[in-house]
Amino acid sequence: MKILVCISHVPDTTSKINFADNNTKFDINGVQFIIGPYDDYALARAIELKETTGATVTVLNVGLSDTEPTLRKALAIGADDAVRINAEPLDSYFVAFQIADYSKSIGYDVILMGRESIDYNGGVVHSIVGELLGIPSVSPVMKLDIDGNKAKLAREIEGGKEFIEVNLPFVAGCQEPIAEWKIPNMRGIMSARTKPLTVVEPKPVDSGVALQRFELPPPKGSVRMIKADNVPELVNLLKNEAKIL
Amino acid sequence: MVILVFVESAEGKIKNTSMEAVAYAHAMGGDVTAIALGAVEKVELESLGKYGAKKVLHAADEKLNQDIIQVYAAVLEQALQAEGADTLVLANSSLGTPVAARVATKIGASLASNVVELPDTSSGFVVKQSIYTGKAFALVSLKNQKKVIAIRKNAVGIKDVGSPAQITPFTASLADADFATKIISTEKATGEVLLPEADIVVSGGRGMKGPEHWGILEDLAKALNAATGCSKPVSDLGWRPHHEHVGQTGVKVAPQLYIAVGISGAIQHLAGVNSSKYIVVINKDPEAPFFKAADYGIVGDAFEIIPKLTEAIKAAK
Ligand SMILES: Cc1cc2nc3c(=O)[nH]c(=O)nc-3n(C[C@H](O)[C@H](O)[C@H](O)COP(=O)(O)OP(=O)(O)OC[C@H]3O[C@@H](n4cnc5c(N)ncnc54)[C@H](O)[C@@H]3O)c2cc1C
Ligand SMILES: Nc1ncnc2c1ncn2[C@@H]1O[C@H](COP(=O)(O)O)[C@@H](O)[C@H]1O
Repeated sequence: MKILVCISHVPDTTSKINFADNNTKFDINGVQFIIGPYDDYALARAIELKETTGATVTVLNVGLSDTEPTLRKALAIGADDAVRINAEPLDSYFVAFQIADYSKSIGYDVILMGRESIDYNGGVVHSIVGELLGIPSVSPVMKLDIDGNKAKLAREIEGGKEFIEVNLPFVAGCQEPIAEWKIPNMRGIMSARTKPLTVVEPKPVDSGVALQRFELPPPKGSVRMIKADNVPELVNLLKNEAKIL
Repeated sequence: MVILVFVESAEGKIKNTSMEAVAYAHAMGGDVTAIALGAVEKVELESLGKYGAKKVLHAADEKLNQDIIQVYAAVLEQALQAEGADTLVLANSSLGTPVAARVATKIGASLASNVVELPDTSSGFVVKQSIYTGKAFALVSLKNQKKVIAIRKNAVGIKDVGSPAQITPFTASLADADFATKIISTEKATGEVLLPEADIVVSGGRGMKGPEHWGILEDLAKALNAATGCSKPVSDLGWRPHHEHVGQTGVKVAPQLYIAVGISGAIQHLAGVNSSKYIVVINKDPEAPFFKAADYGIVGDAFEIIPKLTEAIKAAK
């Protein structure tokens, strides 16, 4: 079984977000990049499946060469090989198109992604890839077991979950608690240096969207403190000032 | 211009977020056709007229009672074609967003999810999307004639503009191949206010000390007709179900009011709540970072404050 895990290279969750070049570029100053937290869950589950079924795990990123340390980290966690599609990830369709195009040439049995990236938060790349490949896509998946040609999944829905069966191949957008995040050990880090990392050139494609600029939300006003012995005052403010109740 | 709106339902009732999607399409201008799939009550369908739908299509085939992403996408593609609609609007959700992505791919549309405002059409068609988990926005131009737009809660609000709509049955041809994913069973909380839908959310953190103390939060939620949420450690510890976990790696909420009790306000938690209109923080530590993101705060012991707050709310009603 061949598993593909798509990895986004995103700012650490504690990053302060700033923009440069007249609000048209993300400002990478002082920002640490990580494997997308949801993609990290997908990877962790893929590594578990590798251990139990002998599957091979390929990690793929659509990005420029600055994302290679993130791919190496995924190799250190246990992936067998890595692919980088050499392009700036401009938008969801562009990224999904590259992933679908590459995976067609290999024929993966299972394609795992995160439910969403934490930079763009589109929550759509898995579904576009599924559609482009003409195979099922399921997201957000919180449980995934594979038995031969069949997979059993649990998908989170508003206020509950759905239990789903699907035949391979399929795409899944993963989230916790599908597996526990894995931390690379020393042996993993050493072996990651020599595992194959292939660079593939992108295909041109027009996705029908164009970024104009970024914007930051207006700064939050200061908090109004209410004394613990005056709780009804909070209700009064919510009712008469915020006009909520 | 005809705009098609996909409306979601739960237990036969139209979701609030879908009513807002209809209001959004109406505010965009043009003729709005709404479409609902599976079993939905007739009065509910008619009520969509109030939010601006001229016409309501109902694909009532019982095979559509299960919300399979591929099947729904195929039905919407057919409805777009039948109505001569170029634009599909729907609410972001665990179903809506994947469906939007598949439909956009099928028809070659410009796709935007997490849209937070009406489009700016003064030059082209520019939407504002929430990105970096609520920490920023992107203004993106949708260049294709065909567009698929998934909106976030509170993008326009729900407005009452019209009168009950006419319902037209819609028959779609369903291909077996689209049923490749089989929903075996569903586990769902019933009768609760759903977290992503709620106008008010009462959320508890590790400061609540244990699941046995959630009663006071549930009482407060009941008094406010609110949904309950929690921080990640609370769901990790199994004190609350996973679907209540709010934040970067959980549900993103955008209520009118978010009440955080015994939650420290880690940046990953804030990422899930920063679209709330008002935030109230109750924490015994005056240095808790959450106060910096709050509109109103009380420093004190949750176990004393919460029952008093519930009483005060009941008294004010
Ligand atoms: C990649 C990543 C993703 C994450 N995603 C999320 C996420 O999606 N959601 C999320 O919530 N967290 C997330 N976290 C975890 C996050 O960093 C925090 O650890 C978590 O939010 C803390 O939860 P808490 O505030 O409930 O607990 P704590 O930090 O332990 O805070 C408890 C608070 O309760 C207060 N308190 C204690 N007793 C009382 C009392 N009697 N009355 C009133 N107040 C009291 C304390 O003063 C304290 O402020 C993530 C972390 C990482 C690294
Ligand atoms: N540049 C990228 N390279 C590889 N995979 C990606 C990239 N961007 C997004 N993905 C994958 O697609 C998932 C959903 O992303 P999104 O639709 O942007 O929210 C992510 O969790 C990743 O698994």
